[in-house]
Amino acid sequence: MPANAILAVLEARDGALRKVSHEVIAAARQLSGASGGSVDALVFGASVPTGSDGLGASGAARVLAATHADFDRYNPDGFAATVASLAPSYGAIVFAATATGKDLAPRVAARLGVGLVTDVTGLATDGGAIVATRPVYAGKVLQKVKLTSSPALLSIRPNTFEPQPGQAASAAVESIPVPSFEARVKVTGVKAPDKAMLDVTEAPIVVSGGRGLKEPTNFRLLEELAEALGNTAVGASRAVVDAGWREHGAQVGQTGKTVSPGLYIAVGISGAIQHLAGMRTAKTIVAINRDKDAPIFKVADYGIVGDLFEVVPRLTAEIRKMRSER
Amino acid sequence: MKIAVCLKRVPDTVAKITVGPDRKSIDETGLKFVPNPYDEFAVEEAIALKEKAGSGETVVYAVGSNASQETLRAALAMGIDRAVLLQSPGSPDGLEVARTLAAELKGAGYDLILCGKMAVDDYNHQVGVMVAELLELPCISSVAHLSIADGSVEAEREIEGGVEVATCRLPAVLTCEKGLNNPRLPSLKGIMAAKKKPLETKPVTVGKGSIEVLALDYPAERKPGKVVGEGPDAVPELVRLLRTEARVL
Repeated sequence: MPANAILAVLEARDGALRKVSHEVIAAARQLSGASGGSVDALVFGASVPTGSDGLGASGAARVLAATHADFDRYNPDGFAATVASLAPSYGAIVFAATATGKDLAPRVAARLGVGLVTDVTGLATDGGAIVATRPVYAGKVLQKVKLTSSPALLSIRPNTFEPQPGQAASAAVESIPVPSFEARVKVTGVKAPDKAMLDVTEAPIVVSGGRGLKEPTNFRLLEELAEALGNTAVGASRAVVDAGWREHGAQVGQTGKTVSPGLYIAVGISGAIQHLAGMRTAKTIVAINRDKDAPIFKVADYGIVGDLFEVVPRLTAEIRKMRSER
Repeated sequence: MKIAVCLKRVPDTVAKITVGPDRKSIDETGLKFVPNPYDEFAVEEAIALKEKAGSGETVVYAVGSNASQETLRAALAMGIDRAVLLQSPGSPDGLEVARTLAAELKGAGYDLILCGKMAVDDYNHQVGVMVAELLELPCISSVAHLSIADGSVEAEREIEGGVEVATCRLPAVLTCEKGLNNPRLPSLKGIMAAKKKPLETKPVTVGKGSIEVLALDYPAERKPGKVVGEGPDAVPELVRLLRTEARVL
């Protein structure tokens, strides 16, 4: 199999490609680019997901569409069987380290009998072998590993690889056969919360709250700020999740999620080591805290020392003003 | 109900991690180790399910050095019936660890195999799912809510911005997410009883696999930031900096 042929396994939800799909292609192109290879994009769905015909612009040479009546939702066994059947034609397979990718990639790895490197944030090649960098211990340490299997399997952390425009304007969408599979697990439904909610791992902006908010209902202040900012997820420290103020899915830190947004605003969070580990790869960090000696200020690019109950509403008002002026 | 739990010994999440002199592993001097927090959800679920069923057996497995005996005893103190240490230094390749566990669990007659969704040291996030695949069992990963009745599993797993509901039949492998339960603290009686519970040690050879650790390093230090000001009057300047300097708004 050509080592420089890379398969990018994409994700769709509700019939449309997700943003992370373009990041998977960007990572796959980094691997193929060094050796003049090409990237094929694999999409799943009950029908071809919206956006698939535009993947040439992201750098895919071909788009392989695996369509099946049961693929309207994630189908662990069906997806794994499909990826495994394509594997012999590729030198590497790239997944997204999302809820789906974290479930799918190890299934494929076990079926192929090859190793899997997850949550990759940096890629390089060394004499034909892939060298991946990934955060371990929640980002307290970076691990550099060499993948010697063929194909090499890896998953990339969302919000890390920047999509680049490709050369080909369009890529043909080819339908591929789905191998027969036994669905040992069935996804019977997806429950979405009342309000469309962004996930902290994927949102371009995250506003997180800690003990300093004093009461769970005060998270309303952060929700208002998030709404004013737009495209913003609300996160939380471990202390307030353990106290039952917020859902654990919102927790940022070592026993929660590791996030890399463009902007992270920490409100009333002192900055315990396990929290800092989970957000230190944010591009810009803002801290709002009453205690000028709080460790959060050591990692923050910009800090305001003050009472969050005064500072946050003012910030929300300023953002609203700014947005209305545009 | 016969339930197996897979457990890993990891550094405490509040600990500072220091890279060792070989630059490929961490310095364990003075480091406090704990059971992997996600595996504790698996331990708690196993004990609670057996209590609910009224009968059965719970067995905890770990791949690791002799130091993992202490971690296994912690699970016994919580209420697990017996423990098996698969004695080996482990491997950076999760598939090799999964192969070791699967070889031990194969044909042992478990109705349920519970793992944490990931370990907080290597962040591999794969071993439980691989064990299921190797044993050709159904697997639902990152389970935050679970109900089992008449040999059927219904589980909720968190996905970005929502919850996915999945079903399968027993026997099955489930990996546990935070929120599934609140792990109990071992009672004094439990700690005393744990000392007498069986802990079997089996030397095993875990393969090297296809993943080689080249180096460990610290992430780049963030550039020192600045305090923009004090109180709400500093907000306009913060917004200006975010727009014109950081260019994130």
